[in-house]
Amino acid sequence: MSEPGRLQAAVAAGVVGSDEAYRALLQSIVEVARAIFGARASSIFLLDETTDELVFEAVAGEGADTLIGTRIPSSTGIAGWVLVTRQPLVLEDVTQDPRFARDVAERTGYVPQGLMSVPLLHEERALGVLNVLDRPQQARFTLEEMDLLGMFANQAAIALDLLQRARRARALVDHNASGDTAAVARLAETIETLEDERRAAGVRLVQALDDILRGA
Amino acid sequence: MSADPQRGPLPAWSLPAGETDRIRIATQWPEEVTREWAWGGATGAGVRVCVLDSGVEADHPLVGGLAGAKVISLSPEGEVVVADDSEGDVVGHGTACAGIIRGLAPKVELWSVRVLGAGATGSGPVLMEGLRWAVDQGFDVVNMSLSTTKSQFAGVLHELADSAYFRRTLLVASAHNMPVESYPWRFSSVISVGSHEEEDPFTFYYNPEPPVEFFARGVNLDVAWRGGGRIRATGNSFATPHMAGICALVLSTHRELIPFQLKSVLYLTATNVGGDR
Repeated sequence: MSEPGRLQAAVAAGVVGSDEAYRALLQSIVEVARAIFGARASSIFLLDETTDELVFEAVAGEGADTLIGTRIPSSTGIAGWVLVTRQPLVLEDVTQDPRFARDVAERTGYVPQGLMSVPLLHEERALGVLNVLDRPQQARFTLEEMDLLGMFANQAAIALDLLQRARRARALVDHNASGDTAAVARLAETIETLEDERRAAGVRLVQALDDILRGA
Repeated sequence: MSADPQRGPLPAWSLPAGETDRIRIATQWPEEVTREWAWGGATGAGVRVCVLDSGVEADHPLVGGLAGAKVISLSPEGEVVVADDSEGDVVGHGTACAGIIRGLAPKVELWSVRVLGAGATGSGPVLMEGLRWAVDQGFDVVNMSLSTTKSQFAGVLHELADSAYFRRTLLVASAHNMPVESYPWRFSSVISVGSHEEEDPFTFYYNPEPPVEFFARGVNLDVAWRGGGRIRATGNSFATPHMAGICALVLSTHRELIPFQLKSVLYLTATNVGGDR
């Protein structure tokens, strides 16, 4: 990234919000998805492109305490198929697949009966997968639910995209912690946290600095 | 004017006067195209269908054997490798698609090309090379219950879809129900398929509002899965093999049909067009 690009990213890293804020957004999405579908659990996988793995980024319901951060290879299992083929999939009675049941039990300790899995697509990229597990079996699945799932997936994809941008900007600053970009990021971050007169004074100072540097 | 015997026949992109015999059409289309004419009594015999997916479990009772299975992968140097596949199905999905096709067209010759297993980052090239291999083999029908969103592959996929079209290989591809661009289902040279909610496997609708051209059974199906089992499943990826199976039936009845003629037969026999005749 060019020097101006890095400085802009640094300023962004200072003000765009923390990793925790985006995680909270993802968490809220899986909580709502779980509630709307009346499901036992819902989760979001993020694709880590550097290791080609899917990472549990948010979990509601079963597994919420233990699964965050757990990794699986990106091309295995149902989530892998959904990610790679960009096609949503709804399966019921997955326990009929003994290998699936064993794999999932070893990873998560919880074997769902039914599974709705949808890719999280943003522009050209597949960022991850949204899963909704064990919706009530008595209800026949409908295409309306598939559309609803697609809408949730769209929302989750936007949140994941923001999270990844924030992480990239943060990584850039951390990578250069003693350098100029970090100083700019800290300055932006500090001004963001100030209130009232101190904030106004800070902004005036930065504006004055801007005038001097631009030769105005 | 006839072709100069010294030079052999002229290429087929012009039609000199008096040469119309050269392009005589074998098929005699009836005044009214019915399902009985299109595939009455057909079994799919003599038609080669390729399932481009997660692999296929050959000995699954609903699949009833494969003529061959290949896996596409990338070498550490990034070279494409096509090898015999003994893994079966790494997910279960390809087995489901193969089982649906077999159920509709019991005598088709089924092939599996596995394009899963190379990791998410290698998925684009593997998918593309899998399709290239399938087109090179001259399969009659290729079932693609998958898509890519990467525009860098769109150009090559488009060329592959067009060469398949002119070589009489019919690509049947799952449409997307999400607000993103994806391929190859959007190309006019393929048959694109979405889902309806009815239970009859032979009910399919022509969609007068493209790009999705047909709707086939895709909700709450009892499908074959890995480990000899079955599963209840929903998705456009299960509607697609329904259309692929019906295409195989039509082709086993009318071998000479080229993709656009076959698409016309599908239109004329669709449930909302003339399918009840």
